[in-house]
Amino acid sequence: MTKWLQDHMPKLVLAPSFIAILVFVYGFIAWTAWVSLTRSRLLPKYEVEGFFQYGRLFASPRWDTALNNLFIFGLLFIVVAMILGLVLAILLDQNIRTEGAIRTIYLYPMALSMIVTGTAWKWILNPGLGLQATVRGWGFEDFTFDWLIDPDKAIYTVVLAAIWQSSGFVMALFLAGLRSVDTEIIRAAQVDGIPTWRVYTAIIIPSMAPIFLSAFIVLSHLAIKSFDLVIALTGGGPGYATDLPATYMYTMAFSRGDIGQAASSAMIMMMVVFTIVVPYLYSELRSKDD
Amino acid sequence: MKSYVLSAASAVAIIASNAAYAGPEAEVLHYWTSGGEARSVAVLQEEFAANGGTWTDMPVAGGGGDAAMTALRARVLSGNAPTAVQLKGPAIQEWYAEGVLADISAVAEAEGWADLLPASIAAHMQCDGTWCAAPVNVHRVDWIWANAEILSANGIEMPTTWEEFNAAAETLMAAGIIPLAHGGQAWQDATVFETVALGVGGPEFYQQALVNLDPEALTSDTMVAVFDQMRIMRGFVDPNFSGRDWNLATAMVMNGEAAFQIMGDWAKGEFIAGGQEPGVDFLCASTPGDGYLYNVDSFAMFAVEGEDKQAGQALLAELVMGQNFQEVFNLNKGSIPARTDVSLDAFDSCAQTSAADMASTSEAGTLLPSYAHGMALFGAQSGAITDVVTAHFNSDMTSQDAVQMLADAVANSM
Repeated sequence: MTKWLQDHMPKLVLAPSFIAILVFVYGFIAWTAWVSLTRSRLLPKYEVEGFFQYGRLFASPRWDTALNNLFIFGLLFIVVAMILGLVLAILLDQNIRTEGAIRTIYLYPMALSMIVTGTAWKWILNPGLGLQATVRGWGFEDFTFDWLIDPDKAIYTVVLAAIWQSSGFVMALFLAGLRSVDTEIIRAAQVDGIPTWRVYTAIIIPSMAPIFLSAFIVLSHLAIKSFDLVIALTGGGPGYATDLPATYMYTMAFSRGDIGQAASSAMIMMMVVFTIVVPYLYSELRSKDD
Repeated sequence: MKSYVLSAASAVAIIASNAAYAGPEAEVLHYWTSGGEARSVAVLQEEFAANGGTWTDMPVAGGGGDAAMTALRARVLSGNAPTAVQLKGPAIQEWYAEGVLADISAVAEAEGWADLLPASIAAHMQCDGTWCAAPVNVHRVDWIWANAEILSANGIEMPTTWEEFNAAAETLMAAGIIPLAHGGQAWQDATVFETVALGVGGPEFYQQALVNLDPEALTSDTMVAVFDQMRIMRGFVDPNFSGRDWNLATAMVMNGEAAFQIMGDWAKGEFIAGGQEPGVDFLCASTPGDGYLYNVDSFAMFAVEGEDKQAGQALLAELVMGQNFQEVFNLNKGSIPARTDVSLDAFDSCAQTSAADMASTSEAGTLLPSYAHGMALFGAQSGAITDVVTAHFNSDMTSQDAVQMLADAVANSM
């Protein structure tokens, strides 16, 4: 008996969470996929009708805007947050005295929830009471910074706030990466008289490839599921100019009683995530086999 | 001896039925959680308790009722619906189609609701000929509010046509006053849009386009003219209107930054809370054109098991439509009673105008449901229209493009 327990203990301990994940993650993904093939409106229905909801989805200009916004937002957010995070990390890595304090300051935005970030930036960017009004108050009457209320530029304010929130976190990731590079190699390079910038570009950064990948995965899933920031900052407006797939899905499911539409948009979102995650998992698994 | 046995048996029966029947019970799901609204619901709770009922309150705040609807969906799916739910417009029929609503015709017929309610409002409370909901109030949506001082200082009368409104707005712009206080949120854009559609196109056009979704009306030249007027109105709002809440727009009219606001009569509550008097500090009038757009809150009755709950449902329906509740609730909320025989002496002049117009438009057949507030269409269709309206208002799209987009969006939402 004891032997049996010893052999099976790991499986027994893992079983509940395994079952929970099976039901609450994969089970509900399957349920959503099913519902996305039906004509569900207010309540879910289960008669399969084919890909009719997907046709509706891609005929909707609002969904178009949402997907475009995801592309703009995701790309700019990931690229800029990574560059900014890397630069900050390298600057902090110069053995400066107040590193601890500065690191904390840069990491602090991460401690705020997106709702707080969004609300604060909404006030800062509001032309009537934020930055624009302040600078104009100083006497620069022509100063204009009204991206928040410009339908073509409002999405960039979301990018701005998201970068402010996350670049400190990326910095911390990169800082850990920088510290983990073998100091012997760096010293050897310094002895050989190689300039510092070349040490970074040729030795340190290439050896941090796994960190880049982790940062990319973390940031991209933040971008795809981004919801609360948009709700707090622009409410999806002006018009629906800053809608993202997640806010689209919420509107369909909870405001408009159109569950089929919401389910189909959720499936598309999941596929976007898969196109990013699957190659990552594939490369991870393969490298283990080697 | 025989009679003794009989009376003993009936005594036992009474005791038994008393044990099963604990008095009327009602669990009420609603989203009236803000100050004035919560006070209004408390009135109903007290009346319910005074009539021997047990009230279980289930307020769900947030999202303009979205959160409450999510809670409702969960309760209905688990087979445990609340007794009564704050629902309105076609959503009542949508839930009826799911087969979960109760029939309260017995109460409605005993109280003669059909004669007490305007016909088009009574129709919302009926599901396939049976009564399934009780109306609480009537909000008028097509109101235009104005700062009295600004209007008299600039020699402007309340506009009765959209041309007059445009001319007045030009005058105000020249005087450096924001003509129209507006908040750039989709539902506010839609509110302005429906009043313009009603005014520019007339009640019949409104009915065809925004209630019947007739493709011909949706793509007509009249609709182009409606979008043209919306484009003109866009020029009358201040540049900083995006995302502003409606009550902040009302405050702009109150403190003289802006002259007009187009908003339902809940705006009146803001004016009055700000210590202003109707007809003196602020003016109210229906937006230019004929007709009346209503937004009626109601309680839909869900099918429940058990005698005590069904008794609670009947009692609740009776009280909701009772004269006392209709008067007290609507005085608190700024709307007018749905039943037409309540004395309006205690109400202000705006509410009295609203009630008189409701009676006359009901007679003329121009008492129409507000599309922007979910009275005319299902959520998917009204949402699709609102998407187009707000996209047009917040960009430089042409009216022709907007009309085409509108027709496509409506077709796609079916």
